[in-house]
Amino acid sequence: MNAPLIRTADLAKDYLLGDTRVPALQGVSLEIARGEFVAVMGPSGSGKSTFMNLLGCLDHPSGGEYWLDGEAVSRLSDDALAGLRNRRIGFVFQHFNLLPRTSALDNVALPLLYRGLSTAARHERAAQRLAQVGLSERIDHHPAQLSGGQQQRVAIARALVGDPALVLADEPTGALDSRTGIEIMALLQSLNRDGITVVLVTHERDIAAYASRIISFRDGRVVDDRTNARRDAGADFAALSA
Amino acid sequence: MNFYATLLIALKALRVNLLRSLLTMLGIIIGVAAVIVMIAVGSGAQEKVESQIKSLGSNLLMVFSASTSQGGARAAAGATHTISEDDAYAIARELPEYLVGTAPTLRGSGQVVAGNSNWSTTFFGVTPDYFDVREWSLAEGRAFEPAEVNGAAKVAVIGQTVATSLFGDASPIDQVIRIRTVPLTVIGVLASKGQNLSGNDQDDVILMPITTARNRVMGATALAKSRSVGSISIKAREGVDLKLAEEKVRDLLRQRHRLQPGQDDDFTLRNMTEMLQAREESSRVMAMLLAAVASVSLLVGGIGIMNIMLVSVTERTREIGLRRAVGARSGDILRQFLIEAITLSLIGGLIGVLLGLGGAQLIGEMAGWPIKLSPYATALAVSFAAAIGIFFGYYPARQAARLSPIEALRHE
Repeated sequence: MNAPLIRTADLAKDYLLGDTRVPALQGVSLEIARGEFVAVMGPSGSGKSTFMNLLGCLDHPSGGEYWLDGEAVSRLSDDALAGLRNRRIGFVFQHFNLLPRTSALDNVALPLLYRGLSTAARHERAAQRLAQVGLSERIDHHPAQLSGGQQQRVAIARALVGDPALVLADEPTGALDSRTGIEIMALLQSLNRDGITVVLVTHERDIAAYASRIISFRDGRVVDDRTNARRDAGADFAALSA
Repeated sequence: MNFYATLLIALKALRVNLLRSLLTMLGIIIGVAAVIVMIAVGSGAQEKVESQIKSLGSNLLMVFSASTSQGGARAAAGATHTISEDDAYAIARELPEYLVGTAPTLRGSGQVVAGNSNWSTTFFGVTPDYFDVREWSLAEGRAFEPAEVNGAAKVAVIGQTVATSLFGDASPIDQVIRIRTVPLTVIGVLASKGQNLSGNDQDDVILMPITTARNRVMGATALAKSRSVGSISIKAREGVDLKLAEEKVRDLLRQRHRLQPGQDDDFTLRNMTEMLQAREESSRVMAMLLAAVASVSLLVGGIGIMNIMLVSVTERTREIGLRRAVGARSGDILRQFLIEAITLSLIGGLIGVLLGLGGAQLIGEMAGWPIKLSPYATALAVSFAAAIGIFFGYYPARQAARLSPIEALRHE
């Protein structure tokens, strides 16, 4: 199991704007090992979102190669990518993206729907994950009845329900106050300690500080890639609460 | 992703916008209800006409004495007798390749008495061929023989209404009835035919040999002195063009009556089956009208569904993006929205069926039309509704399935 979870070789992505090709990502080669907690940083337009979309198997690269857990992803069909997302990747979004008027339990169970699991099996696993994020009491609540932090925890439970190898978090604290943001970071850190690889996009240095590695993008290229003596979000949160 | 789970998602989505869903269904509801009513009214009318044709006798031509005028006052058709029994026999003799038989008929009315009950009814003096030409069958007893016609026998065959009125539940066979003081022995009872086109009771009738009617019962009247008759029923052969048979009969009668070219017929020739078919035609026109309303309504309903589904796809773009991100294939999204459209149209269809069945009953009772509800038509209407859901739901569903997950997730 020494193979990296993520390996990209000269990964590139162009967009067509009218007649002109706009390069969004220009030859990114890197590896992310299993169990890492990576923060991807960069100003808007730096290519970090494009990079995340490719890592998340939501888009096809224009060039280069991408292996996820040893599987070459670059030329897979749309349906195969959907299957890969379902099994290997958990997504956490800035605006939670929970289904309205749908219980926390059903929201968490959603990815399992596309695995063809029975309702009972889906609900059992969803309930376990909700317990893991500390929301056992809120199983029947709809998103509108939950606070922002609770909604994001439901979203994290949804990301975990399919037992993914990788959790991709796109500005997960962007819509939260800083205290709740730190609480969410503490949750992600504890998941990471349990062995889940986390890749997080942020433009806040304070948030990136909780990662063990920080990759910086500018103009579609990696300009900085260094390990980080990460802060302990749990301790920070305890200090704030004291 | 299984069908049941998809169906639950669809039902939930439709319930969220309940009023909108109901309004969207309205076109389908009206369309399907119209289809049900249309078929119920149409096939009811058709069935009634068919049974009337059957009771009248198929391929029937009728010759009546024409209306004549005497001193400027016109008499009703059939009131004066310009056609005779011999015309009937001549037609049968001359045109055997077109005809099965002819039946000259004398018509009269009067009070009929049996024991201490009496009844006012119509009687016909006929020949034995009448039973075949008019397709009367006997419920009891027998028809009269040619010998009884030749001998002006005092026998009668009575209709169900007359039998019940005079004898109640008892058998009228061998009982004696009196018409205008002439005693007749009942030898047979006709099978029931019910009402005719004009709503008259066809079973309120007494048949007797034409000679008996002329010589004994109507003996006192001037009409009885000749061999003239009120009408002649003619049954054309199966497969013969009725128009052609009608022309042949007309030519023959004009020749026998020595009418010059250009002179009016002194008789009236009617194609009874054709008259009924004309009625059927008018009820068919009515059904076609309803069919037009139904198809327009279904079309508009389908467009309404497409419209609302397109709105729904736009409203739920982020949901689509999320579903795609967590592993839904574009086929899953297509199915989800397609099933939602089909569910919408099917529920509309079912409501339409209930409304249509109720409406058809109501129309049947209020307008007094015969209604025939058919399970086949109901199934047809429902499957039509489902087909509309598929047809008009496909385009919005494909739009949803084609959304790029990234664009959809970014949608505000």
